[in-house]
Amino acid sequence: MATFVSDINVESTLTRAEIATGLKQIVDARYVLTAQEELAPYECDGLSAYQELPLAVVLPGTVDEVCTIMRFCSDHSIPVVARGAGTGLSGGALPYKNGILLGMSRFNRIVSIDADNRTAIVQPGVRNLAISEAVQHLGMYYAPDPSSQIACSIGGNVAENAGGVHCLKYGLTVHNLIKLKVVTVQGELFEVGSDALDTPGYDLLALMTGSEGLLGIVVEVTVRLLPKPTSARAVLASFDDVQTAGNAVASIISNGILPAGLEMMDNPAIRATEDFVHAGYPLDAAAILICELDGIDEEVEDQIEQVRHVLTDAGAVDIRVSCDEAERVRFWSGRKNAFPAVGRISPDYYCIDGTIPRRQLAGILENISRLSGEYGLAVANVFHAGDGNLHPLILYDANKPGEFERTEALGGAILEACVEAGGTITGEHGVGVEKINQMCVQFNDKELEQFHRIKHAFDPHLLLNPGKAIPTLARCAEFNAMHVHGGTLPHPDIERF
Amino acid sequence: MHIEDIAGQVITAFKNKTPLCIRGGGSKDFLGRTPMGQTLLTTEYHGIVDYDPAELVLTARCGTPVEEVESLLREHGQMLPFEPPLFEHGMSNDRGSHSRDADSESEKTPSGSSTVGGMVAAGLSGPRRPWSGSVRDYILGTVCVNGCGEVLKFGGQVMKNVAGYDVSRLMTGSLGTLGVVVEASFKVLPAPIKVATRMLEMDEDSAHQFLKRMLATPTPIDATCYYDGQLYIRLSGSESGVGAGEAAVGGEQFDAGDELWRSLRNQNHEFFTQNDTADDDIDLWRLSLPPATPVLPVEPPTLVEWGGAVRWLRVRFQEFDHDEIESLCKKHGGHAIRFRSIDREAEMNPPADSVSRRLFENLKASFDPAGILNPGRLYRDL
Ligand SMILES: Cc1cc2nc3c(=O)[nH]c(=O)nc-3n(C[C@H](O)[C@H](O)[C@H](O)COP(=O)(O)OP(=O)(O)OC[C@H]3O[C@@H](n4cnc5c(N)ncnc54)[C@H](O)[C@@H]3O)c2cc1C
Repeated sequence: MATFVSDINVESTLTRAEIATGLKQIVDARYVLTAQEELAPYECDGLSAYQELPLAVVLPGTVDEVCTIMRFCSDHSIPVVARGAGTGLSGGALPYKNGILLGMSRFNRIVSIDADNRTAIVQPGVRNLAISEAVQHLGMYYAPDPSSQIACSIGGNVAENAGGVHCLKYGLTVHNLIKLKVVTVQGELFEVGSDALDTPGYDLLALMTGSEGLLGIVVEVTVRLLPKPTSARAVLASFDDVQTAGNAVASIISNGILPAGLEMMDNPAIRATEDFVHAGYPLDAAAILICELDGIDEEVEDQIEQVRHVLTDAGAVDIRVSCDEAERVRFWSGRKNAFPAVGRISPDYYCIDGTIPRRQLAGILENISRLSGEYGLAVANVFHAGDGNLHPLILYDANKPGEFERTEALGGAILEACVEAGGTITGEHGVGVEKINQMCVQFNDKELEQFHRIKHAFDPHLLLNPGKAIPTLARCAEFNAMHVHGGTLPHPDIERF
Repeated sequence: MHIEDIAGQVITAFKNKTPLCIRGGGSKDFLGRTPMGQTLLTTEYHGIVDYDPAELVLTARCGTPVEEVESLLREHGQMLPFEPPLFEHGMSNDRGSHSRDADSESEKTPSGSSTVGGMVAAGLSGPRRPWSGSVRDYILGTVCVNGCGEVLKFGGQVMKNVAGYDVSRLMTGSLGTLGVVVEASFKVLPAPIKVATRMLEMDEDSAHQFLKRMLATPTPIDATCYYDGQLYIRLSGSESGVGAGEAAVGGEQFDAGDELWRSLRNQNHEFFTQNDTADDDIDLWRLSLPPATPVLPVEPPTLVEWGGAVRWLRVRFQEFDHDEIESLCKKHGGHAIRFRSIDREAEMNPPADSVSRRLFENLKASFDPAGILNPGRLYRDL
């Protein structure tokens, strides 16, 4: 278990009891949790290695309550962490011991559906998948589909700018929102974006999206809906080596095809998932690609043939095309269950989220396998190949002393290799507390200062998720001093951690 | 020219508190309130820095003509999906010159091509926008110079990147008031194999109903226009996909489709140019609305694009009551923008609510503490 020490230390003048009393004047007492056993479920998000109990958990049920809570916290300098479903993988919803946790789970209503304008208004606690389910009868759906979609909330998706396996064609959360209602840290309610396709002034909608709960509390979300394609088919291709598979991805795209999804898995990931869900993946393949095409029937038929040719020319050793919906779902089942599958073969796993230009794929995989050897930890790779977003899963055992620390160090080294390859430290999971040090590798002091000024523009007293997502310059000075500039430690010395 | 030259000019202006008017080819001089200040010309910093078709990413310097970018993409069967307006031709009525500031430098710069920097700053998109997304949806990263002259890099050349706040998207459409965008990277897409345009004769209400029905289906429509009793629909995709789409849409084949969509994109379609030279009293308003908003009770001529989400209105400046149209749009969840106007002192945008306004001001101060970058262009006093 690890503890996050924020560089920004805000201390309230009120005691825990006074804070609880204050909150109970705003919401019904049963929605203010302070007992140890009530707080425990909120001690971490999906990055469970980091844990902390908050002073209190408050579960508001109305926007007015959120406004009043924020005013109360502003008046008394109480740090606030918003929480959706707590599936985040970077510690964004990790509580502070001197702050409160604002749980948005009671905001779970689909407010309205506008079929003519193809939008839906939902509360932030609504689960991602519930939106598509609610509009299914209209032949529509909400496109972004993170693998966690049965559990994660739309509010959390907005805060992380969540992606999914279909974002090459349909975009990330930011491309599928049109309006938010937000409560400021001072407790004011306002709207960003609008019901039209654009909004005058600065693009606060884009700025809020992916801001990891640092700029405001999202209390309502208007999403864009898409007509459901009449046809969707998947192609499953196997390769003898990873490089060939990587080149095949480039060929598909160079041939003018824009697949709805384009995913890749390496052999360790294939074996783990096959064992778990029996998707029919070839166990001896070095890599598989899943390529999905969707649209109207005629279009999909054209493209399937095209993709089949391209993949054959690109050196695929086996190509299968889904012949019905059940088979398509089966092709995907392995990929969608990759995380839990890996969870079965190892006591613990740690998911990394770097992005690289696709042409760097072979190089980065080589790097990862070298680092994996150096750190003595196995890695399975799943990859949103279409958009260059890599999810190496590091297998470790938290009960072995020092192994988590070594895992974190390996994760950090992989992310730094991504930056070196022209990529970034996070494609969709966010920085949170997890990648706070790697931010120092990605951005220089001037850029970080600009980020801090943006934070100040919204939250002058730094009460929302203080110290997460954007490192202080002091932290970076310390981190960089310990680090060989611009790269990984050449000879990782385990003793050091 | 180097980035440092641009940064140097900003640093000097920052020290002397000299307002700067950032200008590329000048194709959008007409946009926003009167440009004022000393001209910071970006056209010298040009060139495509990086383009790998298999990556679907292109990086260009601010002064690069958009046309140059597009022709390179065309060679590789790719495109900027959002069809940025170039406004290079047919600007027979360049009212920008009426009230351009006294800075003589700017007069010497020929009104030239639309540049990448201007495209980002203006944030405008063309006919495909409702289906493809806009400039801001395709921008992946920027290098910019803030109002203190600091060179900052945000985002990058990869499709997914959530490290730090999304400053590149914030820059898009900020009309140069937050920073000089000196380099930008975009996601690009394969161009469709086949494109076809259908024309259907019908009244505006029927066209509205028809589109509402069609757009709820996955028919590969990627542009619409209603003008003068005709509904035009563009379909694109694979050969057979477009064929099926044409059958679903009906109407008759319209052969001058390419010209039509280009003229809408660049606003040299007759709707935008009629009477221009004869009559200086015409303002162009852009109404941005939820697409299914019913046909509005406004005087023609109007032109409807984006599946109903954008409606253009030509009005006589003297007779026009903009409060009325603004509140009508607001009632329907949209807004009205003074897109091209004789009155360059008036606000282009309706006023923001008090919280947004405060955030705009705070953000402006956070990027440009001396208030020297395109002051007053997006909003008075910003
Ligand atoms: C098995 C698994 C698979 C996953 N797959 C994907 C994937 O494919 N793609 C992907 O992008 N992510 C994925 N994730 C990560 C995670 O599901 C997403 O980041 C998701 O968006 C988090 O939503 P949440 O509701 O759980 O948010 P939480 O974890 O509760 O919170 C996340 C962040 O959002 C903030 N927040 C939450 N609600 C609000 C609000 N109303 N207002 C302001 N801030 C708020 C929190 O403070 C925190 O910083 C996966 C996670 C798991 C466990």
